[in-house]
Amino acid sequence: MCTTCGCSGTQGATVTDPDEAEREPATQEGGAEHQHGDEPARGYRRVQAQSHMHSHLHAHSHDHEHPHEHPQEHGHEHPHEHAHPHDHPHGHVHDHEHASTTPTALDPAHTLAREHGTAITLEQDILAKNQLLAERNRGWLAGRSILAVNLMSSPGAGKTTLLERTIRDLGESLPLTVIEGDQATLNDAQRIRATGCRVIQINTGTGCHLDAGMISRGLTQLDPPSHSVVMIENVGNLVCPALFDLGEQAKVLILAVTEGEDKPVKYPHMFRASSLMLLNKIDLLPHLRFDVARCIEYARRVNPAIEILQVSAQTGEGIDAWYAWLRSHGDAYC
Amino acid sequence: MHELSIASSVVEICAEQAGGARVMRVTLEIGQLSAVMPEAIRFCFDVCAKDTLVEGAELEIIETPGQARCLTCGATLMLAEPFGQCECGSVNLELISGQQLKIRQMEVM
Repeated sequence: MCTTCGCSGTQGATVTDPDEAEREPATQEGGAEHQHGDEPARGYRRVQAQSHMHSHLHAHSHDHEHPHEHPQEHGHEHPHEHAHPHDHPHGHVHDHEHASTTPTALDPAHTLAREHGTAITLEQDILAKNQLLAERNRGWLAGRSILAVNLMSSPGAGKTTLLERTIRDLGESLPLTVIEGDQATLNDAQRIRATGCRVIQINTGTGCHLDAGMISRGLTQLDPPSHSVVMIENVGNLVCPALFDLGEQAKVLILAVTEGEDKPVKYPHMFRASSLMLLNKIDLLPHLRFDVARCIEYARRVNPAIEILQVSAQTGEGIDAWYAWLRSHGDAYC
Repeated sequence: MHELSIASSVVEICAEQAGGARVMRVTLEIGQLSAVMPEAIRFCFDVCAKDTLVEGAELEIIETPGQARCLTCGATLMLAEPFGQCECGSVNLELISGQQLKIRQMEVM
């Protein structure tokens, strides 16, 4: 949640650049500050901003007394400019009485406002705005030959550990940068930064997923080099991130063997949306009753096209297959 | 809870499209395979609509059932989850309905 205005949800997301935060510690202090003013206030704040203008329109829609007689039918052309709707640069409500002495009826906006229960067909996709921003990100990335990978899992499945290892092992040959997504703290960004990799942190406040708008701001701040890979570590959550396209080239799901093998059928949307599943922490299998074959069967039942690799980000077992996947996708896009 | 940001988008879109009028009723179409819970949307909608032109609007939700086409035999089947198995044994299904998430229409004053 924003500590300045108390707004929450996706509107309150903050982008923190640990490099800059270190140079200017004061900006980090607030933890969750965001710009007020220069970016249009989204959500219902913008709606409120509109509502004053609308109430103004309403004020015009009342019938007026016509003190002058019209000797004949006329086409409602009036010799004076009525000048509405007006633009009010500030946010106060005008409830003034309209003292116009000339007829103003038959303005279509007035007619609409006066009718009761007008149905407006919208047929609009609710996520269209996110989709649009995601496509814009996709174009931005493609123009710079950057491969973006959206890493998703439940909390604690090993996303950050996998990233740390990947950066250590591939950093020399494959330029990587990272966008970290968490509800709060810079902890993950600091872990990534300790590897020497360029990273920015997005804190979603109460938001449970990253969306395309946050990634757009994140990419601007991150400023990744051309011909590189951007790893986006989504908020740990097996439900919500499945719905929000970020503009990435591939969604990669990490499932740890310490979770239940029936996760794919319990959270089918996420498994269906992903093109690669990394079954992580396989070094722990001897201590668990996790049935790998059954887990893979569940995953394929939900998404027959999903690729599955078994890895341990801790010990490095099977990790080369992940690197090969990353390189092959990198070659295709970078 | 992604329903909060979805409900907030609904309110934002309706208020934008209302052209200053008060929104009395909003009709949504939510597919049963869309990963969105109508009940959670109802709850969030009232919260998000507060202090906007949409405040107090009646929310109607039409739930569309899930449907898929089998990519192996071409049969059409109904689904309650975003996966399943065709009578021919295949799990290779293409979802053809039930993922809708849209505002069908609204009624303004």
